[in-house]
Amino acid sequence: MVAPSFEYVAAGSYDEAVRLLAGGGDEAKVLAGGQSLMPMLNLRLAHPELLIDINPADDRPPSVAGGMLRLPALTRHRVLLEHDLVRRHCPLLAAAVGHVGNVRVRNRGTVGGSLAHADPTSEIGSCALATGAQVIARGPGGDRTVPVSELFVSYWTTALAETEIITDVLIPVARPRQGWSFQEMVRRTSDFAIVAVAAVVELDERADTIAAARVALAGVADRVMLAGPELLTGLIGSTLTGGAGADGTGTGDTADDAAGAAAARIAGRVDPADDVHASGEYRRRLVRVLTGRALRQACARAAGAVA
Amino acid sequence: MTRRRLVLSVNGGDHEVWVLPSDTLLDVLHDELGLADVRYGCGEGVCGTCTVLLDGEPVNGCLTLAVQAAGRQVTTLRGLMGPGETLHPLQECFLRRGASQCGFCTPGMVLTALDLVRRCGRPSREEIRYALVGNLCRCTGYTKILDAVEEYAGQAAAEVPT
Repeated sequence: MVAPSFEYVAAGSYDEAVRLLAGGGDEAKVLAGGQSLMPMLNLRLAHPELLIDINPADDRPPSVAGGMLRLPALTRHRVLLEHDLVRRHCPLLAAAVGHVGNVRVRNRGTVGGSLAHADPTSEIGSCALATGAQVIARGPGGDRTVPVSELFVSYWTTALAETEIITDVLIPVARPRQGWSFQEMVRRTSDFAIVAVAAVVELDERADTIAAARVALAGVADRVMLAGPELLTGLIGSTLTGGAGADGTGTGDTADDAAGAAAARIAGRVDPADDVHASGEYRRRLVRVLTGRALRQACARAAGAVA
Repeated sequence: MTRRRLVLSVNGGDHEVWVLPSDTLLDVLHDELGLADVRYGCGEGVCGTCTVLLDGEPVNGCLTLAVQAAGRQVTTLRGLMGPGETLHPLQECFLRRGASQCGFCTPGMVLTALDLVRRCGRPSREEIRYALVGNLCRCTGYTKILDAVEEYAGQAAAEVPT
């Protein structure tokens, strides 16, 4: 297939891109890495009249300030995979990006484009949820901060206005006694996830009791989503060794058992649809298995038992 | 939609072309410049037959607009060959190991594998598999392609003083 005809303009700055977007209305689309938009054009699933190319708008590298890892929207997947600051401060994302596409896709695809595309199987989207990330969106009225937990609305739909563009992704830096895990099931490496799970677990000051946990799921709904905190309450207060923990306030459950129970509760709550890749029932089972593995591995990393 | 003039730097030479905004780099390299080593496969970035190097990095020719390649160095398989179209050593390895059958995937395989060896030195077999996962071959079953890349990486490592 051949892409439909469209006009093209290269925007030298985000401000220029926002102006062009405001002038182009419904018929304008922003082109970042193009690894999702260009296939949609080639397959004629999208028919924009104007493409606004933001690639010339930004060449900042990742940086860290105020406890946040700042990823400029045009940060390529390959940079996420290899950049020292990303590997050190958000190892979850650096690991998960290895599951995205292939070498060519990772050379061009961008973190901002991926979040704005809002694919319900997105590895990057699930990591952004699990880490409590935010995006900065620029519109005609200026910048605003949007928590990623409020960004995804439905299939390929975000809470951004049509005239807004993501300029930055901010991720709280990984802390001591925090562990992470990314688990994904695919038929072939580089495929879209059938189910993927991103988990972050934090231990208390004694590095024994689970103090906080977040689990994000991809491939189970119309968007990537966080597991409800109420489904993880049984995990909080469980200890790595079992018993009441060093300060006596633990639940007496081992984190290992509690992880399995939390995974079962989360799997019981999701309602994935059947499609050509997998049945809903299979996906639900994957949620249980992969969430259990993710929580256990995140606990082990938080305790320093796994690199 | 108006055509615009573009100077594309391909395999070390400059080419003036007139392109539509919606023309992909693949369209222009294959249809305008007659480079038969850049091929339309899937149009979705999955199969790897349109692989070209853009400033030295493998990209999908089918997912890059021609206008985006202005001012950048484009390298196709042909750009790797020596004077008189002598084969690149990695192509020699492909021939020797029987890693090409119909040959449709070969340019993308060679460019992607070359990028891997340049970056990794001597990749493991598993690393080669991972790097080539986005290059589909329907003939060889991949084993001989892995053999060829492994052999070339060994040769290249022996030649580069460490």
